[in-house]
Amino acid sequence: MSLRSPLSRAKGLGSAKSGVHHFWMQRVSAVALVPLSLWFVFSVARLAGGDYAAVEHWVSAPSVAVVLILFLGATLYHSLLGVQTIVEDYVGHEGARIAVLLLSKFVHLAVAAATIFAVLKIALA
Amino acid sequence: MSSPKSGPQARPLSPFMLGQYYRFQLTSVLSFAHRITGLGLTLGTLLIAGWLIALASGPERYAAFATHLTAWYGQVLLFAWSWAFMYHLCNGIRHLVWDAGHALELDAAYRSGYIAVAASFVITAAIWVAAYLV
Repeated sequence: MSLRSPLSRAKGLGSAKSGVHHFWMQRVSAVALVPLSLWFVFSVARLAGGDYAAVEHWVSAPSVAVVLILFLGATLYHSLLGVQTIVEDYVGHEGARIAVLLLSKFVHLAVAAATIFAVLKIALA
Repeated sequence: MSSPKSGPQARPLSPFMLGQYYRFQLTSVLSFAHRITGLGLTLGTLLIAGWLIALASGPERYAAFATHLTAWYGQVLLFAWSWAFMYHLCNGIRHLVWDAGHALELDAAYRSGYIAVAASFVITAAIWVAAYLV
């Protein structure tokens, strides 16, 4: 039998005011993605069938390049948080869970870096 | 504690009950679909990455990439992707409304579910009209 009070056991455990950070950032990125993703999908749809020059011209406009980078950042961040939720729910083995979460973080960061660099290369060319 | 095998008994882990003990309803099916389309869209970001990297690599690489997108399998993939995207968007807005504390009653949850599915098809149709007809 433990002589520690429930309060002393709870102290130092659990949320230190960052417990809802993941939940909240998932919602913040979701709200940002409502206009960003509609803009992206309809912009790309209107480019459909366009050749290299038309698509390159579209990306190289400064306003498009900036919004595209915002879309990519918000999408990959939201994706990272979503994948984390699913992995934490369904991957029971602790070692496998940590490995998959690390891999997910690295891949998301790599895709973010590669896509943002691609947009900058086109826009600043 | 975190591993299902570390306790005295190996306890089953979700989603073990699907197809055995669990009766599906619209609300839970849409919830699964939200996760599945979310994972699909995560894979879709690789398609966006391939598209942008091909674009940044010059006309030849872009033309080679675009050949796959305009082929029948590319169009099927893009159509599935666009619907998954719009479903996740519409159902995501439904989740945001719930997070704000609204429309949580059972009848409202069903109604918003049907609306989200219908809206996802309407917006997907609008995307393809914009792609081919405008």
